[in-house]
Amino acid sequence: MASIALQVNGKTHVIEAAPDMPLLWVLRDVLHLTGTKFGCGIAMCGACTVLVDSRPIRSCVTPAATLVGKSITTIEGLSSDVSHPVQQAWLEEDVPQCGYCQSGQILTTVSLLARTPQPTDADIDEALHGNICRCGTYNQIRAAIHRAAGLRRQATEARLTKHAETSDE
Amino acid sequence: MSNETSLKIELLNRRDVLRGMGGLLVGFVLPGARRVDAQHFGAPMTVKPNAYIHIDADSMVTFLITKGEMGQGTVTSLSQILADELDCDWNCVRTEFAPVDPSCYGPMQGVFGSTSIRTQWMPLRKAGAAARQMLMLAAAQKWNIDVTQVRTDQGFLLANGQRTSYGSVAEAAAKLPLPADIKLKDATDFRLIGAPAKRLDTRDKISGATRFGIDAEVPGMLYASLARCPVFGGKVARHDAEKAKAVAGVREVVRVSNGVAVVADNTWAAMQGRKALNITWDEGPNAALSSAIIRSRMSELGEKPGIAGRTEGDAAGTLARAAKRVESIYEAPYLAHACMEPLNCTASVRADGCDIWASTQMQSGARRVAARITGLDPARIQVHSMYMGGGFGRRGGTDFIAEAVEISKAIGAPVKLTWTREDDIQTGPYRPAAYVKFSGSLDSQGWPEAFKARVVCPSFGGGRGGEGLDGTAVEGIDDLEYRFPHCAIEFHRADGAVPTSYWRSVGYSQNTFFAECFLDELAAAGGKDPVEVRRRLLAHSPRMLAVLNLVAEKANWGAPAPGRYQGVALVNNLESFTAEVAEVSLHDGKVKVHRVVCAIDCGQVVNPAIVRQQVEGGIAYGLTAALKGEITIEKGRTQQSNFNTYDMLRISEMPKIDVHIVRSSEAPGGVGEASVPPIAPAVANAIFAATRRPVCRLPIRISV
Repeated sequence: MASIALQVNGKTHVIEAAPDMPLLWVLRDVLHLTGTKFGCGIAMCGACTVLVDSRPIRSCVTPAATLVGKSITTIEGLSSDVSHPVQQAWLEEDVPQCGYCQSGQILTTVSLLARTPQPTDADIDEALHGNICRCGTYNQIRAAIHRAAGLRRQATEARLTKHAETSDE
Repeated sequence: MSNETSLKIELLNRRDVLRGMGGLLVGFVLPGARRVDAQHFGAPMTVKPNAYIHIDADSMVTFLITKGEMGQGTVTSLSQILADELDCDWNCVRTEFAPVDPSCYGPMQGVFGSTSIRTQWMPLRKAGAAARQMLMLAAAQKWNIDVTQVRTDQGFLLANGQRTSYGSVAEAAAKLPLPADIKLKDATDFRLIGAPAKRLDTRDKISGATRFGIDAEVPGMLYASLARCPVFGGKVARHDAEKAKAVAGVREVVRVSNGVAVVADNTWAAMQGRKALNITWDEGPNAALSSAIIRSRMSELGEKPGIAGRTEGDAAGTLARAAKRVESIYEAPYLAHACMEPLNCTASVRADGCDIWASTQMQSGARRVAARITGLDPARIQVHSMYMGGGFGRRGGTDFIAEAVEISKAIGAPVKLTWTREDDIQTGPYRPAAYVKFSGSLDSQGWPEAFKARVVCPSFGGGRGGEGLDGTAVEGIDDLEYRFPHCAIEFHRADGAVPTSYWRSVGYSQNTFFAECFLDELAAAGGKDPVEVRRRLLAHSPRMLAVLNLVAEKANWGAPAPGRYQGVALVNNLESFTAEVAEVSLHDGKVKVHRVVCAIDCGQVVNPAIVRQQVEGGIAYGLTAALKGEITIEKGRTQQSNFNTYDMLRISEMPKIDVHIVRSSEAPGGVGEASVPPIAPAVANAIFAATRRPVCRLPIRISV
């Protein structure tokens, strides 16, 4: 057993865990953050996706001990009130059915939009290819991603407009 | 783990809690539920008192949902039915899963066969209407006026300029007798029924707050992983736990009916401990079983006359005399359900009771199995229904619940058992593999005349079907909506060692593929258009014909985009009528499904947005099976293990889907399974149109 300091959703947790224990089980069984899901254990389904320094990783195959000093974001840390633009888009499109894969789908999308603010369908296919949804909500996921990109664009435009107005004064 | 710790668990008896809360809890005698297709699970719903609604003093309305939520939207759609008749404020609705209570909810509390809306439609309408009438009477008594002067408006009672909330009279209303004459709304007055209301469970599902079975946490809980014999029917000969116990975090190793369980401080440690187990298996009589052996047994049976099913006219004589005959053999493989949430159960067995937290489609069965294992009175078993990360029929089984109860009983502590994905793919039970030998003939004009099918299939549910025709194994062929002049269906039960069970759309999942593809073979042999042939065979069936015509129109049948091909298929299952047209292209032996158009008549719709979700989801589920799904057996064990060898449809493979819902005031039909059966044959028929070679096996493999 080793003592591991992890920064999860902005808080530092010191936990005791086996050095090879994947982050998934640390999050779920030790920190009781159950929004991150177990799906396959071999990085084939994306249900366990979390963000590490804003990049999506598969927590089921990533030992927690390798993430010391990094910033980990789980679905619980995205917002306290589903106000994140991606969550808002998901709400508008009413995406989930069973909902089990959605934490991973949402976090993968957050990362996609950070890198590619206006993704094409091909960008979406590439980024989300590793995230299985057995309920088949893929078309709603796609619509929600485009909507979230639109929300971002609107927010940026609003900021620019405000900036322009301020400059005019 | 001491008993002291486990006794600290707070037991929540929901009925006591509700009684203690005051307010209105509607309980009343159900009218006779209309007949539902409950054949899969035995007896139809019985008539018992029910409790569905609680209104507290600040007018918050709690609906008790007796049907599990696995993504199909029952939490929302059942609430819409209740809220519409109750005329409450939709924004003040919350839901809870009902406890298991046969005296309240009947002996078959569970969710299966796309029956949630069909069985709950009238009872919930009456529950909502009865509660509303009681609130109106309570208000009338408060205001000292006649009840006919009182009306309601979304959570408020109004009369002669006076206005009060439901909550203000809820306690008084609760003391009133149930109305003898329950007045239901006229359909034209529905406000929520038929509306695309947003799902009530979305918010929690996008914030990580939803509690699935796998998220259950109980104080003092340990975590378990269970090693089962990889060979069907095998068992543990002996095991050595020494190395497993040496793994950090492992607490105990216990032998249970299905294998050897490792119990640890967390799931990972339990899984690592399990890998360190040294088990010698007694592989039993199936150690040499293979898919090839199973297939050869099926094909042998396919050559012999079977048990007679639907028989009309003289199929044998017509076939013997026919100028043009078509014969073909179709096959479909075993399939795993692969719910996204791996199977799991948390159980706490104590001397005085047992609690179960599970994502289960079969609450009554969970209670039954726990009572059997613990020897406790069923009334001492509490089943806490959790949200399900998919069900698809798999969670109708109680094997994983029995395992957790056994382990908890053995160690004397609460325990969460989690299956690995490999356990899920390799243990089954599976949708049965099936084999059909078809013969058909055409009349002098080239129209289908005789239709003969010999279905070879294990019974669903592992051989419990008894002797004779297994209605579930032949559904989709024996009950075709098409009317052939001569028809003969036969059946061979091909039970074997591979465990089988219900899988989304059950017998239709393979039989619709067989029948709809063979029908296209007949159409092609007669030089007829597939839609024209179906129209002719459906002249007597206005609802089926209407969805066929609608889908043909919306898909622009007969005029696909350049380089693309169309295929059509229909199904009439669960009192819904569904037609699909798939538009595909072929590149280097690979199929691309571009677009699927679906027309569905599922009677009265409660929530069209959820119907669309279910149709799309069913198509994705069926398309996964059509393009990818195959469980094969070698040396008595399943060869596939995880999503690397048993892959699912991915976002890039999802077709565009257009759903057209027929407006109808017919009784509600089932929707959760309606769209699954036609997609494989629609795609296969489109490939047949492209290649002129019929696709007779699933999953679809195209020879270049």
